[in-house]
Amino acid sequence: MTTVVPGSDRSKPMISLKGVSKTFGRNIRAVIDIDLDVAEGEVVVIVGPSGSGKSTVLRCINLLEVPTAGTVMVDGFDMTSSDTNLDQVRAEVGMVFQQFNLFPHLKAIENITLAQRKVRNRSQEEATDVAMRQLTRVGIPEKADSYPRQLSGGQQQRVAIARSLAMDPKVMLFDEPTSALDPEMVKEVLDVMLGLAHDGMTMVVVTHEMGFAKAAADRLVFIDEGEIVEVGPPEEVFAHPTQERTQAFFNKILH
Amino acid sequence: MSEFRSTPDGRITDERPWWDVFPWWSLIIVTLLAWMGWQIIDSPDYRLAWERIIPGLALTLQSTVYAFGISLFIALLAGTGQMSRNVVIRNLARTYVEFVRGIPMLPLIFTVALIVVPELTELLNARLTKWFDWEFKLSFQMRATVTLAVIYGAYMAEIFRGGIQSIPPGQSEAGRSLGLSRRQTMKSVVLPQAMRAIIPPMGNDFIAILKDTSLLSVLGALEITQRARQFSASTFKFREGYFVSAFIYLVLTLSLSVLLGVLERRMTRDREGER
Ligand SMILES: Nc1ncnc2c1ncn2[C@@H]1O[C@H](COP(=O)(O)OP(=O)(O)OP(=O)(O)O)[C@@H](O)[C@H]1O
Ligand SMILES: [Mg+2]
Repeated sequence: MTTVVPGSDRSKPMISLKGVSKTFGRNIRAVIDIDLDVAEGEVVVIVGPSGSGKSTVLRCINLLEVPTAGTVMVDGFDMTSSDTNLDQVRAEVGMVFQQFNLFPHLKAIENITLAQRKVRNRSQEEATDVAMRQLTRVGIPEKADSYPRQLSGGQQQRVAIARSLAMDPKVMLFDEPTSALDPEMVKEVLDVMLGLAHDGMTMVVVTHEMGFAKAAADRLVFIDEGEIVEVGPPEEVFAHPTQERTQAFFNKILH
Repeated sequence: MSEFRSTPDGRITDERPWWDVFPWWSLIIVTLLAWMGWQIIDSPDYRLAWERIIPGLALTLQSTVYAFGISLFIALLAGTGQMSRNVVIRNLARTYVEFVRGIPMLPLIFTVALIVVPELTELLNARLTKWFDWEFKLSFQMRATVTLAVIYGAYMAEIFRGGIQSIPPGQSEAGRSLGLSRRQTMKSVVLPQAMRAIIPPMGNDFIAILKDTSLLSVLGALEITQRARQFSASTFKFREGYFVSAFIYLVLTLSLSVLLGVLERRMTRDREGER
């Protein structure tokens, strides 16, 4: 049993960014030379000031943004290689957006079955089955036949999470999933994410919710001006930031 | 002076009385049309004009439907072509749209019907007659119809493009991040949403095409306008001839826009039903 198949190789990290940079236009350097490995089952939280490049880093992982330089490996696949079938790997990488991005012309259940049928080639029945299971997991099975506009922000975001989970992803990316929500709905979404982390999902989360970081993150990454400034266990980074910029940032958001 | 009306007891109100809200214009138009209709029944001159002109209706409608069908097809190609990743396709589509939209209809009809089509058919027939002993011919009426389609293809391409681009990029990003291909995302995520923005202006263009089939008369096609011209010129009854043709066009376009309004309302009602 020595055959090495991509995805079953435990010695390699699930996500590996090496020297990743992204420049928009001629001189907007959004991300500069970032190295980051995320192990299977690990939860990494990315924090940083507005415009520091958090979203861009996240979007480089599933190639929604094509890096200007560097390599991105996901599940053993080189995402920056032209030999890789991007659609195939993207199906393994769930993404949750700040604005939910549910498909407004489809009911919740149809939002969740669409890609299952088209990408995973599941039958309508099987896809519906999986969708109902995921809707139950995020706590709103009764909303299956609702259209997105009939749902609250928190419910929409939970449908969006269910939509990604239905693809049985190996990784989940979250880009400020609670930033567009009214305060009373933040918790219902964070609870779903905590459950996921608990179940061993590999997660990369951009968020300002320090409570979530403390409760779920294995590592906290602080990004400023496109660069990783500091990395470490959350309690440690919170309590004893080694860099001045990190300190200044936490002073601003924690007090 | 207040921007609001005042009531008899000196208060201001933003409520409008029924006579201010009532669509008088529709009453005026219906009255005019009823009067015309009565003339056609009652007056021998109008009846004669009607009898001579109404046979052109078939050709007007037929040209409208053909031109719309062909232009829909062209527009889908040119509209999506402008967003293609292929540099040649993208620029060809753009060239066509900009070129056609920049030239008035009448000169374009003459150019296509009298120069482009004859030369193309000649080129084609040079082969066809040799190989199949068969000649391809396009009547003046069909040439004009094709020209209309080419023109409206460019206008409607912009409607397609605008409709597709009105969908926020987050929608296709969500599709792609789930592993859907570009094509699947376009077909299942973007286009169904874009249709809501595309259908109403398409309907308006259908009505515009109907009116512009009157331009076919310059090539002698015996549609409504050409028949009105012939009737008026031969009888010197200009008023009867042109009033009757205007009457026919108005009845057609007004009923179409009522139909379109119903369709649009049903579309928004469907959307609201989702609430
Ligand atoms: N498509 C784009 N074109 C040009 N510049 C961009 C684009 N996307 C991002 N940028 C720029 O790159 C930099 C990093 O943006 P990014 O969205 O990654 O920041 P962020 O940390 O996610 O910020 P926020 O907290 O506001 O979401 C910013 O200066 C932004 O203006
Ligand atoms: Mg961001």
